[in-house]
Amino acid sequence: MLQELAAVDTHPLAATAARFVGLLPLLPLAGFLVNGALSLVPAYTRGPADPSAGGAHGSEHAEHAEHADAHGADHHEVVRHPFAAVASVVGPLVLVLSFALAVAIWMAMATTGEVDTPYVRSFFDWMVTGDLHVRWAFQLDQLSMVMVLVITGIGSLIHIFSIGYMRDDPGYPRFFAYLNLFVAFMLVLVLGASYPVMFVGWEGVGLCSYLLIGFWFSDKANADAGLKAFIVNRIGDVGFLMAMFMIFANLRTLDFTSVSAAAPSLGANSALVTTICLFLFMGCAGKSAQLPLYVWLPDAMAGPTPVSALIHAATMVTAGVYLIARSSALFALSPTACITVAVVGTLTALFAATIGLKQWDIKKVLAYSTISQLGYMFMGVGVGAYAAGMFHLVTHAFFKALLFLGSGSVIFAMHRAYHHTGNHEDAQDMRNMGGLRKYMPWTFVLMWIATLAIAGVPPFSGFFSKDGILGAVFARAEHGALADATWLGMPGSAVLYVLYALGLVTALLTAIYMTRLMLYTFHGPNRTGEAERAHLSEAPWSMTGPLVVLGALSAVGGWLNLPAALPLGPIGVLEKWLEPVVGSSTAAVAGVVGDQVTSTEYFLIGAAVVIAVLGIVIAVVRLKPAAVVPARDAVPTHGFEHVLEKKYYVDQVYDEVVVRPVVGGSRNILWMGIDRGIIDSLFVNGSAVLARGVGWVGSQFQSGETGAYAWAIAIGALAVLGAFTFR
Amino acid sequence: MIAEALFFSAVLFIIGVVGVLIRRNAIIIFMCVELMLNAVNLSFIALARLHGTATGQVFVLFVMTVAAAEAAVGLAIVISIFRHHKSVDLRNINLLKG
Repeated sequence: MLQELAAVDTHPLAATAARFVGLLPLLPLAGFLVNGALSLVPAYTRGPADPSAGGAHGSEHAEHAEHADAHGADHHEVVRHPFAAVASVVGPLVLVLSFALAVAIWMAMATTGEVDTPYVRSFFDWMVTGDLHVRWAFQLDQLSMVMVLVITGIGSLIHIFSIGYMRDDPGYPRFFAYLNLFVAFMLVLVLGASYPVMFVGWEGVGLCSYLLIGFWFSDKANADAGLKAFIVNRIGDVGFLMAMFMIFANLRTLDFTSVSAAAPSLGANSALVTTICLFLFMGCAGKSAQLPLYVWLPDAMAGPTPVSALIHAATMVTAGVYLIARSSALFALSPTACITVAVVGTLTALFAATIGLKQWDIKKVLAYSTISQLGYMFMGVGVGAYAAGMFHLVTHAFFKALLFLGSGSVIFAMHRAYHHTGNHEDAQDMRNMGGLRKYMPWTFVLMWIATLAIAGVPPFSGFFSKDGILGAVFARAEHGALADATWLGMPGSAVLYVLYALGLVTALLTAIYMTRLMLYTFHGPNRTGEAERAHLSEAPWSMTGPLVVLGALSAVGGWLNLPAALPLGPIGVLEKWLEPVVGSSTAAVAGVVGDQVTSTEYFLIGAAVVIAVLGIVIAVVRLKPAAVVPARDAVPTHGFEHVLEKKYYVDQVYDEVVVRPVVGGSRNILWMGIDRGIIDSLFVNGSAVLARGVGWVGSQFQSGETGAYAWAIAIGALAVLGAFTFR
Repeated sequence: MIAEALFFSAVLFIIGVVGVLIRRNAIIIFMCVELMLNAVNLSFIALARLHGTATGQVFVLFVMTVAAAEAAVGLAIVISIFRHHKSVDLRNINLLKG
């Protein structure tokens, strides 16, 4: 213990800003406490039927329409919170401070030079029992640094955006309280130096996700969406917990550094390590919305749009990718688990992309797009390309946050326009938009940048990161541990070639559905209606500003990790940065990779570009924004198109196969059978009947006849005497 | 000498017990209780003499004091019962039953 502490103190980072690492989550936590205290003051007191929703939310139009009717067409029923101004300062400020500290730590890390071992700062003993010794400790290394920068950086931008987006909401301080709390837990998640500390953050972000999805909880659908997210995530968490138990049972430690060091003792490709990895991946599938546990993420769009951008696109849902990168030492031991991760990721990417083709709700398209892109990340980390997976995580955080915030701007404008005229159409339905480029030029341009990025058009960021993943899959299929392994009886090499092909198909679909979103939203004729058109305009600069920053990042983010084949600047910066953390695991999976650039690589890059451009061209040629009719006039679709629009009926199937049997079983067997039948009637009422019977028997002795008592005393005395005498 | 005294005391005590058990008249039961007390007193005296100590005699004085107090309270209750029931038969007095 003392030696460990001494070792920590001599760490090169100990004397730098890194020693304040504990402040990173404490700052947002302080923000949570302040905003949480403010939110205890109600914004207004009116009737019980009053909706607590303001902001941009589809189902509240009816209420607004009534207000509009009552007070004239141009009336805004705005209920600002009395302390909105304080929350506007505190909420984003703590994030900006946290980001500034993160940058300081990063600079210290970059200038310190070779930081080969993680800097673990221990605060106190948390759980000490038997062999188990869990300290509340934070671990700073290159991997957690990347995550911290993304979380605090993107988080700051989204907090600033939220000032404009949420300012008319009566629950304004509550929103910032939850958002701050989320960031605090997210930082605990990525900074935790052991699985249990990480799990605290893991559960904490799940809680905040639940609270924010159900932010407008007076609408039952929103509250249900929050519950769905919470419950589906718990299923995944069982896997995480099981993996943790198995790791401790076999390695007697839960610290990341010790687990990584001791992992080889589990045996390469043993059933044990495969099981641990698959349980870990189960947790990831829940948190990161992979098949078959992705169903909560589309519903999570019920939350405010900044929440979708921060939690359900940029940070929380990528926690699974982070977990696998963090556990890379375990995954590198099990090719079976690696290929499983890649297969599930690829199938999720393809599956979600097809659904995204036919959604009309602008946020639903982005939600399925997020699931699809998360699939790409798992494809990357699955084939041991941890740097590529993390790279896509970072660029995705840029462009998907931009897309969500952009869609937030659009919804904000639509909602405001509808608000003015008292219209109660769906402000999120693309069929009601169209031609918005004239009214929102900034959002239009920035969202096109993000679209080109996600579609994989060079030189935008998504091109490099997606290409990195696809290239890695192809390279692993060529040679290496995964190509030589077998997966469910199939040669790993063949499986990976198929995954690569499916990855390309997904890239094509991505380009199509994103172009479709842009065409229907910004191009073609405007479908909002004559009266509303006059009120459409760009959002205020507090909202457009963060979009501009994200747009710049989406455009140039690719320079973070240029492939060797395209030396447009320093090559593989992120890969070299992450080398001390995941380098050995990558090498274990990939085998020895030559540095020379082959013609195959250029061919792969060319194929990816062609696919991306082809997707955009297909969408532009095939889709006719002019032919789209507003949502209320839409005709029902048929055939496969309808199946896609209904999301393959997965929710319905889950409802029939899982939800109804569980609810029915709970009601009929657990409640009516066991609880009411056995516990209530046998134990509760049964013990009462027993007590009453015994009492009745006892009462019969109390006859009130003094003579009988006298006999009882005499016989008792004789018995006692006899017992003493003849003992 | 001691044997006769203890035997006599036992006889008196048993008469008292039997009286309490089989009679129903409160006054007679009351007197039988007194009989039992006095039987005990007798054995106290006899044993005190046997041992040549005064402890037994002191006890007897206590028993007599308590018996006198008890007689006062008990007879008062019996009178009160008689006023209520116009009888001192204990079979009528069974209100305290479960």
